[in-house]
Amino acid sequence: MEDAISLGVGEPDFDTPWHIRDEGIYSLERSRTFYTSNAGLKELKEEIANYLERRIHVSYDYRDEVLVTVGGSEGIDVAMRAMLDPGDEVLIPQPSYVSYEPCAVLAGGKPVIIELKAENEFRLTPAELLEKITDRTKLLVLPFPNNPTGAIMEREDLEAIAKIIIEKDIFVLSDEIYSELSYKGEHVSITSIPGMRERTILINGFSKAYAMTGWRLGYACGPAEIIKQMTKIHQFAIMCAPTTSQYAAVEALRNGDEDVAMMREAYDQRRRYLVHAFKEMGLECFEPYGAFYIFPCIKEFGMSSEEFAARFLQEEKVAVVPGTAFGDCGEGFLRISYAYSLDNLKVALGRLEDFIGRLRAEKA
Amino acid sequence: MREKILTYMERNSRVDLKDLAVMLGTDEVTIANEIADMEKEGVICGYHTLIDWDKTSSEKVTALIEVKVTPQRGLGFDKIAERIYNYPEVDCVYLISGGFDFMVMIEGKTMRGVAQFVSEKLSTQDSVLSTATHFILKKYKDHGSIMVHTAKDERILVTP
Repeated sequence: MEDAISLGVGEPDFDTPWHIRDEGIYSLERSRTFYTSNAGLKELKEEIANYLERRIHVSYDYRDEVLVTVGGSEGIDVAMRAMLDPGDEVLIPQPSYVSYEPCAVLAGGKPVIIELKAENEFRLTPAELLEKITDRTKLLVLPFPNNPTGAIMEREDLEAIAKIIIEKDIFVLSDEIYSELSYKGEHVSITSIPGMRERTILINGFSKAYAMTGWRLGYACGPAEIIKQMTKIHQFAIMCAPTTSQYAAVEALRNGDEDVAMMREAYDQRRRYLVHAFKEMGLECFEPYGAFYIFPCIKEFGMSSEEFAARFLQEEKVAVVPGTAFGDCGEGFLRISYAYSLDNLKVALGRLEDFIGRLRAEKA
Repeated sequence: MREKILTYMERNSRVDLKDLAVMLGTDEVTIANEIADMEKEGVICGYHTLIDWDKTSSEKVTALIEVKVTPQRGLGFDKIAERIYNYPEVDCVYLISGGFDFMVMIEGKTMRGVAQFVSEKLSTQDSVLSTATHFILKKYKDHGSIMVHTAKDERILVTP
């Protein structure tokens, strides 16, 4: 569609910082074109361990507790395949990223959806968790900072659910791919809560923090027994993550902190701008503190998310993603990405204002 | 707050102050006051427009001139610099470490005009020992903006 603008992407608008790209190129020039060991380059695993120590204050032994994967998404898949027995129940809070549910099914597990609520700012509460735990519950997926809602879990939120997790003896798959994009103090990883590290597989990666989506590189960290089994599946399926990307990632972890801070600040500025703009428009929305999404409520217009998104695209040429793409409980919401320049966002917001003005007039 | 304002405005001085206030989580009056103070204190020295003159029909040449001088007793380099930077055709004057002393940038209409400035006004000064003039052939990047191509969004329109 011509002149259509999109607020629908789930990846950064920044290019990968040049010094990182340059390391990738340099690795090719030096003929680093072979497989690495299955779990990943030693240097990279060491840097990952250093990084996690520095940023979330949790120690992992790079030798047997770190696995370099093809994006965070491979880590999710491999973790479920390694951990689930047929019929095991996997708790999946929604709205959330689209792949948890199919990955659980493909691994023989049984997805059990926890519907998060706007009134809790889409955080997972102990009551919601407790209600869905059965004798068959094996694993809880913890997707925070969250795509699509932008919700985060703060330390006290995590402590409250950790108690239940430990008591009920279940595992956690903590997808922290957006950890660097947290706007309310430092990101807290559930692995830093006492008793959680030994029952958690931590997923993270380079796509969001370093604007490296196309490099397809992530990692999983956790107890050696689980990482060992995950490494086997990873080895059978794809040998190792791309070598060029791994060399570039070493540079990202060694010298990329400033880039991350710069991008985080830019997202944060746009986030404030959108929250303010929605308030001015009278569009109901909680303030998101993570990722680069905002999740406004459109229930006042009396139409489905799907219908709203379709009409918005048709009439105003702006693409947004209906909340239902991330689970049934996303009905009545839209995911709007702010991985766009301010100028781009301004044009889109102007069109949104026109559109909802018209809808309100229609209703009146 | 100051550093955040400056970091933003260094890239875009035309930002609407109301927008900037929202983005930095403060109010417009605070921003306006800070900017006014920084202008008074000389932290903000001016607002300019970055122009790629090569894309216009005007003819312009820019030269970088390395200047070696003998510093004057009691006055050091500052007095000599002043004699150079007071010429309106001089764009920048930097004191430089290394093989020479000043880096002078000058913009003129023709190469001859620039050559004339160097031979008649710059080289003839008492303290100036020597000059080396370099003409700029192409500007790839200036003040952080790449001038040779514009970025295009190559992302797929909708991704999960």
